[in-house]
Amino acid sequence: MQINLTVTNKLGLHARAAGKIVELGKQYQSKLTLKKNNLEVDGSSILSILTLSCPKGTKIQAMITGKDSPELSEKLKDLFSNKFGEPS
Amino acid sequence: MTKRQNKNQLKLTGIAVSSGIAIGKVRLIERTKAQITYQYLINDDQIKHNVRRFKDALSSTENQLITLKNHMPDIIKEHGFIMDSHLMILKDSMLTESTVNRILDKKICAEWALKQSLEEIRQIFNQIEDEYISSRINDVENVTERILWNLSGETQESLTNIKEPVIIAAHDLSPADTTEINVSKVIAFITDMGGRTSHAAIMAQSLQIPVVVGLESATKQLKDGDLLIVNGNTGEIIVNPDNNTLIYYQEKKKEQEEYKSTITKSSHLPAITLDGHQITVRANIEFKEEVVAVRNFAAEGIGLYRTEYLYLWNNKLPSEEELFEDYRKATETIAPAIINIRTLDLGADKVSSNLRMPKEKNPALGLRAIRFCLKEQQIFKNQLRAIIRASNYGNLQIIFPMISGIQEILDIKNIITQITEELTSKKIAFDSNIKYGIMIEVPSAVIMAEELAKHVDFFSIGTNDLIQYALAIDRENKNVAYMYQPFHPAILRMIHHVVKVAKNARIGVALCGEMCGDPLCVPILLGLGLKEFSMHAMAIPLIKKIIRSTSLEEASTDFDNILKLDTAKDVREYILNRMKRLLPELQEKGYLDH
Repeated sequence: MQINLTVTNKLGLHARAAGKIVELGKQYQSKLTLKKNNLEVDGSSILSILTLSCPKGTKIQAMITGKDSPELSEKLKDLFSNKFGEPS
Repeated sequence: MTKRQNKNQLKLTGIAVSSGIAIGKVRLIERTKAQITYQYLINDDQIKHNVRRFKDALSSTENQLITLKNHMPDIIKEHGFIMDSHLMILKDSMLTESTVNRILDKKICAEWALKQSLEEIRQIFNQIEDEYISSRINDVENVTERILWNLSGETQESLTNIKEPVIIAAHDLSPADTTEINVSKVIAFITDMGGRTSHAAIMAQSLQIPVVVGLESATKQLKDGDLLIVNGNTGEIIVNPDNNTLIYYQEKKKEQEEYKSTITKSSHLPAITLDGHQITVRANIEFKEEVVAVRNFAAEGIGLYRTEYLYLWNNKLPSEEELFEDYRKATETIAPAIINIRTLDLGADKVSSNLRMPKEKNPALGLRAIRFCLKEQQIFKNQLRAIIRASNYGNLQIIFPMISGIQEILDIKNIITQITEELTSKKIAFDSNIKYGIMIEVPSAVIMAEELAKHVDFFSIGTNDLIQYALAIDRENKNVAYMYQPFHPAILRMIHHVVKVAKNARIGVALCGEMCGDPLCVPILLGLGLKEFSMHAMAIPLIKKIIRSTSLEEASTDFDNILKLDTAKDVREYILNRMKRLLPELQEKGYLDH
């Protein structure tokens, strides 16, 4: 499945936020791929996520494949809408 | 290099940068890069062996990072996530899988393969436009370095783990190393490299421990546990002192500590010369926490708040809010006294590895201070906004470093106008009468002083840099360190000129180099007409004592005589003789030794 996400925290997808995505992904069996424009990266690699370079306002897609993909996609949406627990 | 086997007393001389005497045991710190070997692998056994070695190094590194994270001191706990992100990088496929694949495909050893992975990541990160994210390559480098150390089977020492009082001896200490030092356990430090005004030295002065730098190859002649005397007044270190020497220095140390405590008690008295002229004595600081010490030493405000620390300490660029909070607290704490906040003076010896600064052949003459700020305007604007907002909370003035001509001031003023208009439209409070000053530390600014005076509210003479630029000496280069002469007739004339110009233009003028914390310089500076001093807080009691023992009229006559002298040596001798008469106790207690 594929979902749309928007980076809404002030600092963008920086190391700590990217780290939280990796942490989250680890708890599920599904494979997570993030996509910005035509660039696709492995969602379990903090460095790859950083190379997407997503400041505040960036729209990205998440592709999730695997049997627990609905759960992961919900948690991922929460993480983005909570601005990774950071101030907006 | 063989280390000494016997226990004979050995004297070495370097450059004294932070005063006081310390006696204690040596702790050698090696801060070198891990050695990398480049080797092709010839058979499957070697390939398997290298993959296994690499995986072992990864798990050792992981254990070390977890231990470090669990033992972080409380004050830096909030930065714990840095260790978490290092742990994630350690497990990242871009670093680990790709290294394993390289070992297998290219048949190269683990170190070489890892190094190639790092370079590949570096290339990708170099293309990222976002300054902050691209600077994360620094974290990847840190992790890689740690893995390389584990591959080599050796360990690199962490300065945070020091548990007993020691004298640190290192080839060189970076500003980051200095911040890592557990200050409560370090009683002095010495380095082979470095000069009088290197960043680590200035930082050590704030820590108030004796420091001698520029000892060349001292660390090669020391062993862990050697007994060492560090004389931060003269620049001498004595390894394995004999009994007589030890007793002599123990006495001197005691005498100086007693004298220090006596003069500190009188430090709250105003700095008024014998003939009744009031002199302003302020302090230079590095962190806002020092403001309290500044008040204890009875400084009349902060003459110079260097703002690099927040940029060097955090592994990321500080946000406007972080900066604002820091400046606001410092400003509030010292109010109603003045605080002069100097904008970012990064570059040269203070380059932060977090900012992507191009490698420069000659950083002292390169993209640093105001040049860097006018290029990286986003970083500059963030800081300026934070400072201007903090002006609402006390008596704040702003200083811009390394000004070399009028154009820079015009550019800065444009930016200030943008910021103040923005703040006004957002109804954010600030002091609309902030005074703006510039550092006079580039020779061209001395020559242009009259014109510059029309554009600014005050001058602050930065002698550390002025001496290096005017005399064309690299202050980190031991071979020419002897030429770093505050008493050089050219330097004295330059300072004299700037002070005269400022007085004619009726703008403020202060001197904030380490020069005015040097007992011998004080009568000269008073003599050439300087009325505002700013120095490291620790020096204030002694300098105030000297000011109170000097007559301005006499100092001024002395200066006329000094202008007739040809060499720095003659000037120094003249003023040394004057000082011996003025305050004989300084000589007795070893403050005037050289």
